[in-house]
Amino acid sequence: MDPLTFSLILIVSSLAAGLLGALSGLGGGVVIVPLLTIVFQVDIHYAIGASLVSVIATSSGAAAAYVREGFSNIRVGMFLEIATTLGALVGAWLTTKVPTHAIGLVFGLVLLYSAYTSLRQHHDVITRNPDALALHLRLKGSLPTGPETHEDYVAQHVPAGFGLMTAAGVLSGLLGIGSGAVKVIAMDQAMRLPFKVSTTTSNFMIGVTAAASAGLYLRSGYLAPTLAMPVMLGVLAGSLIGSRLLVRVRVRTLKIVFSIIIVALGIEMIASNLKGIL
Amino acid sequence: MSPAAPNSNGTSLHDTGWTDQRVETLVGIMLRTGVLLAAAIVLIGGVLYLGQQHNAPRPDYQHFHGEPPAYTTVSGVLRGILNFDPRAVIMLGLLVLIATPVARVGMCIVGFFFERDRMYVAVSTIVLLILLYSLFLHK
Repeated sequence: MDPLTFSLILIVSSLAAGLLGALSGLGGGVVIVPLLTIVFQVDIHYAIGASLVSVIATSSGAAAAYVREGFSNIRVGMFLEIATTLGALVGAWLTTKVPTHAIGLVFGLVLLYSAYTSLRQHHDVITRNPDALALHLRLKGSLPTGPETHEDYVAQHVPAGFGLMTAAGVLSGLLGIGSGAVKVIAMDQAMRLPFKVSTTTSNFMIGVTAAASAGLYLRSGYLAPTLAMPVMLGVLAGSLIGSRLLVRVRVRTLKIVFSIIIVALGIEMIASNLKGIL
Repeated sequence: MSPAAPNSNGTSLHDTGWTDQRVETLVGIMLRTGVLLAAAIVLIGGVLYLGQQHNAPRPDYQHFHGEPPAYTTVSGVLRGILNFDPRAVIMLGLLVLIATPVARVGMCIVGFFFERDRMYVAVSTIVLLILLYSLFLHK
């Protein structure tokens, strides 16, 4: 296959991944690595490099839309970015030490977990308990619930949330993904923030977390320009189109379809990498 | 919450004209401009690369061998651009892309400074230092 055909096929498949990722809310990054390693036989180091730059592109590209909605909380995001960036440094360093098959195996497990969390129902348990640490750190805000009404919230269990965010950062650096699923769990489940605040703040944090791994990826030679080019352009275009279509399609059906794809890719990654280890 | 407690969304602690909402709007515009600029540079590099390499065999991505120094350092990339290397142009676009979230944290420091929120000037500065460490010092 010549470079032109290869690049065009990659652009189209990355566009589809970005589109599905935006429509399902799972992000395009999570399927890029299995797509590249399983379908195109790309080494996982190049695959996580191309995925990481696409993750930064989608996070930054979607930011303007999220800001307009006014749900994201920049203080919560910035405070937790201390955890995610430190975690990402550790994760990126691990990619240079851990065997390839171990990375693939962890990736497969994260895919299964992402599919599980995306299908679960969410019930907001908003709390206004005066958590002393959260109040001191100003981890609170108010969520617009109507034209005139709003609901105040205060973060709970700050140390647990911080710990989970560090883990999200490690996974992001190790796998070249945004790990939005773990970030949302940390804010939504542990810190009891409203779901809308968790998802929009998570999107904002993903780019900064990924940037913390990018330096080491660059110096380790994971960023292959001719591979990253079609993947990054495709995912970005797909996610921008997807965020415009979002209101018009039935999200629930799409989530189920995308989750089935993710589960299949996850099982394939676990199976092939277990074979490599055993 | 008591009515006297300051809001953290929408209004600032002291009225300096800077609000979280205004900072976020500026940050959003900056991120979007950065990512579109990066995508345009990557696209130009990609077109140049494909125009030059249409008969060449495609690079081997199946085996990891790491990229050559020309594509792993900022100085290498800049030298490559002076030599009209399309791959270096793509890398420049990726470097611009990586810089956008870093610039975002920098803008938040300025925003928090004008909101007179010292604690969050410190928090954002810690995040910026971690990012700069990973980009320039980390081995």
